[in-house]
Parts: sequence; structure tokens; C-alpha cells
Amino acid sequence: MSKPSSPRVALFVTCLVDLFRPSVGFATIKLLEDAGCKVDVPISQTCCGQPAWNSGDRENTRKIAETVIQTFESYDYIVAPSGSCAGMLKMHYPEVFAGDAKWMERANLFSEKVFELTEFLHDVMNVKKLKQKLNSNITYHDSCAGLRELGISKQPRTLLKSIKGVKLAEMKDSETCCGFGGTFCVKYPEISNSIVETKTENIESSGADVLLAGDLGCLMNIAGKLKRQGSTLEVRHVAEVLAGMTDTAPICDTNKKTVAKGR
Amino acid sequence: MEIKSPQFKKNAKAALADEQLQKALSHVRSKFIEKRATAVRELDCFNELRDNAVAIKKHTIKHLDLYLERFEEKVLEQGGQVHWAATARDARGQVLDICRKIAAKTVTKGKSMISEEIGLNEFLEVNDVTPIETDLGEYIIQLRGEHPSHIIAPAVHLNMDQIREDFREHHTELPEDRSLEEPISLLQEARGILREKFLGADVGITGANFLIAETGTSVIVTNEGNGDLTQTLPRIHIVLASIEKVVPTLEDTSQILRVLARSATGQEMSVYTTLSSGPKRGDDPDGPDEFHVVLLDNGRSSMLGTEFEDMLRCIRCGACMNHCPVYHAVGGHAYGWVYPGPMGSVLSPSLAGIENTGHLPNASTFCGRCESVCPMRIPLPKMMRHWREREFELHLSPASQRRNLKLWAWFAKRPKYYRLFSRLSHLALKMLAGKSGRISFLPLAGGWTRFRDMPGPEPKTFMQAWQDRSTRDQPQ
Repeated sequence: MSKPSSPRVALFVTCLVDLFRPSVGFATIKLLEDAGCKVDVPISQTCCGQPAWNSGDRENTRKIAETVIQTFESYDYIVAPSGSCAGMLKMHYPEVFAGDAKWMERANLFSEKVFELTEFLHDVMNVKKLKQKLNSNITYHDSCAGLRELGISKQPRTLLKSIKGVKLAEMKDSETCCGFGGTFCVKYPEISNSIVETKTENIESSGADVLLAGDLGCLMNIAGKLKRQGSTLEVRHVAEVLAGMTDTAPICDTNKKTVAKGR
Repeated sequence: MEIKSPQFKKNAKAALADEQLQKALSHVRSKFIEKRATAVRELDCFNELRDNAVAIKKHTIKHLDLYLERFEEKVLEQGGQVHWAATARDARGQVLDICRKIAAKTVTKGKSMISEEIGLNEFLEVNDVTPIETDLGEYIIQLRGEHPSHIIAPAVHLNMDQIREDFREHHTELPEDRSLEEPISLLQEARGILREKFLGADVGITGANFLIAETGTSVIVTNEGNGDLTQTLPRIHIVLASIEKVVPTLEDTSQILRVLARSATGQEMSVYTTLSSGPKRGDDPDGPDEFHVVLLDNGRSSMLGTEFEDMLRCIRCGACMNHCPVYHAVGGHAYGWVYPGPMGSVLSPSLAGIENTGHLPNASTFCGRCESVCPMRIPLPKMMRHWREREFELHLSPASQRRNLKLWAWFAKRPKYYRLFSRLSHLALKMLAGKSGRISFLPLAGGWTRFRDMPGPEPKTFMQAWQDRSTRDQPQ
């Protein structure tokens, strides 16, 4: 695919990035701008509607989806630093409008322009190499929606490996769910806990100093568990490392002196 | 079987605290997955075979009536009998009638989930017919008075030491000082005991993996050969099968067989694939005098034409549960009814009512791994979501959940108010986190903070920070 020249890209911030970790949003903007995109942040955005969709509330999902499409459809691309939200916009929106040909067509045209961040950089903007250096031993968790709905696996790894000094230490079962599952983690907390315990065990055994993933929900779940277990592992969104923006303390931490800065 | 799905949460908690169970489940977490992955890797055309298998089943389900009638016709031609059972009760009655006609005392059984679905064993027992499970796993759980916790590995929730104890407790006719240390010794002991039962049984009941319309044949796959002894030795062979097991031809069956065992146990083929077509013919050396097929509907026909129709493609390989993080955590019994794991979370509400099984389609992270390994490409998460829609429409989902959702959606539809909502939430989170950068107790999200910390937010929301930056960057 040839690299489009300075496309107009809208950032879909995602609720969790907005509320908990704006750094991920700014890192995403930097990566997109460095790749030659003109980035805009439509300020009337809210949420992709996934909480309603996965709770069986079609009516509210549809209303939210209509607003999202109206807000974003004029851009060349819509990029989210989340496989889960991008998956909702790309794979589920057409289904939200099933039975309504006019909206379905609009949803289809919209969804074709939606991408998860690493997928967009790697597959659309042809970014294969990043310039910065970072001495770090990293392990990468494949978030489920990104992996199975969008087929994202090699893109973040290729980009990470292109950073001088980065070593990738794959964990066992990196493709297994972390137990977050949106509202699942509060509806069935004991089960969620058992699943994330298996995940943190595999992360710790990888020998890595840093855990990265592409979805803040999973990262908060895993970081929260690691912290409760007293782990010193550093947890970040992959965008922060790719953009070289690791000044903010890691997720669930206040310690700004970090491994990712090249200890 | 009594439905314990409404107590799913309680069942799950107990399962998580059960050390024996957790030890047993650790094998499911790795072995099944590795074996399937290897089998799939070794067959280049696996995905093409999957597509063929899906096409065969889709076509059959579209013309289910036609193929079922054709199957019946062929069974009758060969001297067999077909019994149509609309409900579980009908099926139980038909089986008992057949047993009573010859005053049957004992019935040997091959593995059959339909038998579990209709609660056949309990029913036969109260009617003075003794059912004897002959699949090793089924035999063990029958001794224990349990139900299968997995559709192809019924005793997967048990460890060797538990089985050793069960055998010592029940097989009192054997010397007390015998060694049962090696797994093979357990197998040999069960085999010895079952051999007698096979020879003494009046009726043999098997399930069916396929019913072939073209030939009127029923097919079972096993790894122990117990199915063959069950169906050839007694005077009567009863096949107990649900209607969606029918496939048009022998060739179709062989196509689906190529994905079945690979998906299930990672074998290329099961050890035994047994085809039976009618009772013993004049020149046959052995076989049953009578051949009956009980065809069970029990709610399946009402899935046709609905958003749950795709579920009828399921070939019961168990790959979905083998790859499910929730099944790995709690095992099969926690689901509280016959069919555990993702396939059960879709099928059980169809068969036992969503009002009884509401937790099941909710107890999923929607990680999608089940769908990714399903040989029939059944969109399991999507169908679980459809059940959630039904629950939402019928007001079956918990009131607090609905209230929170409604409130959240009100804001999500109104960007200006949503900004305000997120600023207020942000402020509250910031206060709770203080200087520690994390929250160890969060009201309304106690389920989260009971087990893990919640990260504190950065100083501003993204939108605040972005607007600040935009204002700063604007030319004065």
C-alpha cells in the first residue's frame, strides 16, 4: 500500500484514555504527526458505545453510534489507541444498523476508515522503523479485540523491535485474555481475578521489566493486579514507548524514574 | 438434570476455592490447546476443510426436514425404527418403552450428552432399569454420582488420586492390596469390570456424532471402543440423537470427521469411528436384533430462523471450552447445566430458558478465542450478545446494572454533559488516589478493588489538556 500524503486523521481518544491516561492520547498524536498525518481531535466525541452494545442495549448503542459517525465521517481516517474501541467502530457498527440500508451504508463507509494505532502506522502509513533508542526488556500482551477482531499481532512487535535497544521477551500465552472484559471484571470479579492472576504469573516469568499492550482497559487490569502483588514491573501503553514519551509515571505508579527511560 | 445455572456466581466461587479442581483444570489450560494447535499446523488445508464443514452444515440445517425424513426412510428400509421425540420427556418415555418390551434389567451406555440433557439415567433408575456408563470418564463420574464437566472429557475435573479412592471404595470385590499407582492399572480395572456388564446387558444405548441421511447410518467416534461393545452385544441398540446431527451423505461425514478430532483432542482421527446401519441382517455374524433411533428436538427446531440458528452447526468437539479463560478458571460444573463453556452459554438458554440461565451469556470476557477455534465458525460471542439483548428487552438483567447503563448512556449521547460527567468522575478519582497514584478502594467498583488497585488519573482529562494546549497554541 502506498503511503498517503498528509491524510486528515481524527483521533478517537477513548473514554479510558480521556479519564485516566491522557499521555496515551498525546503519544498517539505525536506518532501520527511524525508519520505525516494532520491530526484533529473532534471535541464532541464521547464513547464508542461498547458498554451499551455488550449489555444488550441496542437502542442506546445505535444513538451513540449515529453521533460518532456524524462526528467522524468527514475525516480521511479515524484512529484509536485501542483495539477494543477500534474493533467496535470497525467491526460492530455495521451490525448496529442491520436492517437500515441507508445507515448501514454510512456505517460501512465509516468503518473502512477506522484503524487501531499500530495497525494504522504499520499498514497504512508504512511506518516500519522508529528512530529513538531505549534500553528495555519488554513483553507484549495481545489484547483480545485487537488480536482477534482486527488481526493485530505483528504490527506492534515490528515497531517495538525497530527501536534500538529494545529486547522483546515474549510471555507464555500472550494471546490469552487478561480477564478484563469490560463490565465482566466487576460483574464476575472472582473469575476475572483468577484469569488476571494467570496473566501476571506469565508476565513475571517472561523476565521482562516492562509490560506493554495496546488497550488501556487490559493495562489497568494487569497493572492493578501487579501492583497489588507488589511487583515492580512497569506497565505502559505501547503508544507511549513507540512515541518515546515515557516521562509520565507508569500505570498505577508514581515513580517517575522508569525502566523504559533506559535505567 | 436440575438446573443450577441461576447460582452460577456461587458455583464459580466454590470452584475457584476447590484445590483439587484447580489442579485438574491446569491440565485443560495447556494440553488441549497445544494438541489442537499441533494438529491444525500439520494439516495445510485445515481452514479449507473448516469452510467445507460449515457449508455442509449450513445447507443441511436449511433443509433439515428433508434430510431427517430421508434418514428415517433409510432406517426403516434397513429394518430399524425411528421415534420422534419433541421433548425430553417424550424421549425418556420412548427409551423406557423399548426397555420394558423385553423386560430389560440393565442398559449399557456409550457416551451421550443427549442422555444427560434428558436426564435419562435418573429416569431409568427410578423405573428399575440399571444404566451402566461404559466410557471410562462417564463410568467414573457415575460412580461418584456426578455429571460430566466437559462434553468430551466428562471427568476432566478429577485427579488420579480421587479416582483411585473411588475405585477402592466401589470395587470392593477386588483385593484390597492391589496396586493402582499406574494410570493403566485404573484403566485395566475398569475394563475388567465393564467387560462383565457388556456381556450381561439387555439394551445398549449410544449417542451419535452424525446421522447420515443417504444411508440411514448413525456414526459415533470414541477412543475406547466401548461404543462398539455397547451397540453390538445387547439384543437392542438404541441411538439417542438430536435432530441437528443429520448430514446428507457419507462423503459429508468424512469431511467433517477431519475437523472434528483435530479440534477436539488434537488427534487426526479418533481411535474408533463406528458406523451402524440397522439391526443384524441374516448373514451378519453379530449385531443387535433391534435398531432404534430416538430423534430429539427439545427446543432445537425453535432455533431455526432465529439469531441462534448457527448454533445448530455445533459438532460438540469442545474446542470452545478448551480455549475459554472462564472455563479454565471455574470448570464445567459451575455452569450449572448439561453444556458448559461458550457453546453451553449459547445453547443452554435456548434449551432451558434464558430466565434460568441468564448468567451464562454474561459470564464471558468476549475474548473471542472460542469463535477463533470453532471448526464450525460459530459466532459464539455474537450469539451470547444476542442473549444479552433478549435479557435486556425482557428486563431480566439486574436492575442496578440497567440503571447505571441508562445513566451512562444519557451522558454518552450528550457530548457537552459527557465532558462535565468525565470531569467530575476525574475529580473524584483524583481525590481518591491522593498522592499514591492508585486507588485501593473504589465505591461502586468494589469488585475491581477487592482484587487489584485502580490507577489514579493524570492531573487533567485528555480533553481538558487538549483544550489547554489548543488555547496556548493559538496565535495571540
